Amino acid sequence: MKIVKLPKKNLAEFIGHLNSFGQIHAPVKRGEKSFVFAPVTELTEIELNCNRTILPLKKYFFKPVETMFNFCAQKGYEVPVEEQDKKYIIFGVHPCDIHGLKILDMVFSGRYVDSYYFARRRRALIIGLDCTPDELCFCRSTGTDFVDSGFDLFLSDIDDSYLVRVGTSIGDDMVTAADSLFREVEKEDREKYKAKSIQRRESFQTEIQLQDFPGIMDLEYESQVWEEVGEECLSCGTCSMVCPTCYCYAVFDELNLDAESGQRKRRWDSCLFKDYALVAGGHNFRAERSSRVKNRFFHKQRGFVTQYGRPSCVGCGRCKAYCPAGIDIVEVVNKLRSQTRV
Amino acid sequence: MSNRKDCSGCQNPYTPQMARIIRILPQIQDHQLFQIQFEDQQLVKSFTYRPGQFVMLSVIGTGEAPFSISSSPTHAGVIELCVRRIGHVTDALFKLAPNTMVGIRGPYGNGFPIEQLEGNNILLIAGGLGMAPLRSLLNYVLDNRSKFKDVILMYGARNPEEMLFKYELLNLIDLADVKCLLTVDKDESKTWKAYTGVVTNLFEHVDINPAQTYAAICGPEIMFKFVLEKLLQRNFPKDRILMSLERNMQCGVGKCGHCMIGCKYTCLDGPIFTYWDAINLPEMI
Repeated sequence: MKIVKLPKKNLAEFIGHLNSFGQIHAPVKRGEKSFVFAPVTELTEIELNCNRTILPLKKYFFKPVETMFNFCAQKGYEVPVEEQDKKYIIFGVHPCDIHGLKILDMVFSGRYVDSYYFARRRRALIIGLDCTPDELCFCRSTGTDFVDSGFDLFLSDIDDSYLVRVGTSIGDDMVTAADSLFREVEKEDREKYKAKSIQRRESFQTEIQLQDFPGIMDLEYESQVWEEVGEECLSCGTCSMVCPTCYCYAVFDELNLDAESGQRKRRWDSCLFKDYALVAGGHNFRAERSSRVKNRFFHKQRGFVTQYGRPSCVGCGRCKAYCPAGIDIVEVVNKLRSQTRV
Repeated sequence: MSNRKDCSGCQNPYTPQMARIIRILPQIQDHQLFQIQFEDQQLVKSFTYRPGQFVMLSVIGTGEAPFSISSSPTHAGVIELCVRRIGHVTDALFKLAPNTMVGIRGPYGNGFPIEQLEGNNILLIAGGLGMAPLRSLLNYVLDNRSKFKDVILMYGARNPEEMLFKYELLNLIDLADVKCLLTVDKDESKTWKAYTGVVTNLFEHVDINPAQTYAAICGPEIMFKFVLEKLLQRNFPKDRILMSLERNMQCGVGKCGHCMIGCKYTCLDGPIFTYWDAINLPEMI
């Protein structure tokens, strides 16, 4: 992989160059301690030290609410026309979120390709940025603390510069367009990068053992822990909304006032909502909150492994950060690991 | 980027194809059989499916819901859906007259493993609306009769008035091709000529070698439990017991998440599961 060096003092100018490749989106400060991905035009607006945004990148490709079809009795179902040329550059994406995106790419592709997701996905360029883990980060445990694909460029902090890994041909175009800002990587830079990498690995405060967890989930399927977490959970679905890999959605039709045309829409759904597994006639396959909580954990840590070869949790810490009941995934995992049901 | 798929040429898997309701055949109270044909003549010819598969049907202006196909692919051209009026989509569907357009996409799901079933005895066990998907398999098997050994149907309804496809099935009783055992829980009208009692009672009229038989079950949840008990008592191999399951489905293509059971999507990996699958996937039955 091609690697170049970008002195930090050149970053502002590089961001300026990027505007010609598309609309730049990057983490900006929203509240006292909260950040969001939002449109920016220059470096000063970007919060480089943001650990996590409220919503992950899925909001760009898999919209919270979107129209799937316009329908009417005469014409049937037609896909709404969307601006096809608008390109996005999403800057400052951490490894966990890039992994989250790679997981969504898997889910929305396969035998049936979700054309809505990929229509937007292929218009986005991803510029990654490394980060220093805080107390909520456990991406080292989920194997998502490092990425070697899924980005066009990836910037790693080596004090006064960034080492820039070039992941795609268009990534290379972005570098060559601003050629004068970049330097060759020297021996000293390589050493700094290696030292930083070790330093970063060692700075994790939260660690859980997940490699053998699918088996443990099977063993503790009847565990009392699910009842306990079910008692705490408010079924609000916040964890699903902020999760980079939660992709469930609900489909509904909205009728226009003419009563013959309308839109078929989809919106983010959560497996914690009471009616998630309800079928016509009133039978609810997951009427109990504990069974819904268990299903969410089970799908992330167990089911997804069987389906796609890895857990779908990327260790970003958002579910813990935003759960109004304070449910902590790390604590739940540790409880299941340490308590053996009688 | 290797994992970023360019799908400019991809079809939208969620697009309903326009289809016309050709006929509506009233069945029992709140149940109708809808005969549906695609408008696109090419699609009429090319659309095929496996018994046990389902389609997503859209009532324009109301919404979309999954329905198992009741007809057999051996009768091409028209799809038959046996529908119970039970929710907002079916409510709207029941208000439609013949010749109205609906949206159809599919077929979805695995369907019955028909190639695997060939050369075996086929035991079909249905309760109530469970006859809807099994009718597809029954007619498929009868249309390919030489490929199968003994064919037995056990079907239970609450009373004669609530038996689906009653006259069609009564006509099978005298056929040599199939052993058709029909039962009702209660017969207050005293007009019922076949069996009375629960469907599991019919096992006493059946002598079958489990090692050379596939059992296909569909019915209410409570029925699964008792039928499974009977089959296991008779040493049916767990992977020769096939069940058609129902779940909330909103996409049909393994994305929306609602039909998830453990690590399986009912819409992609099912709706036909074996009893062995059920043992490995808690909460399945």
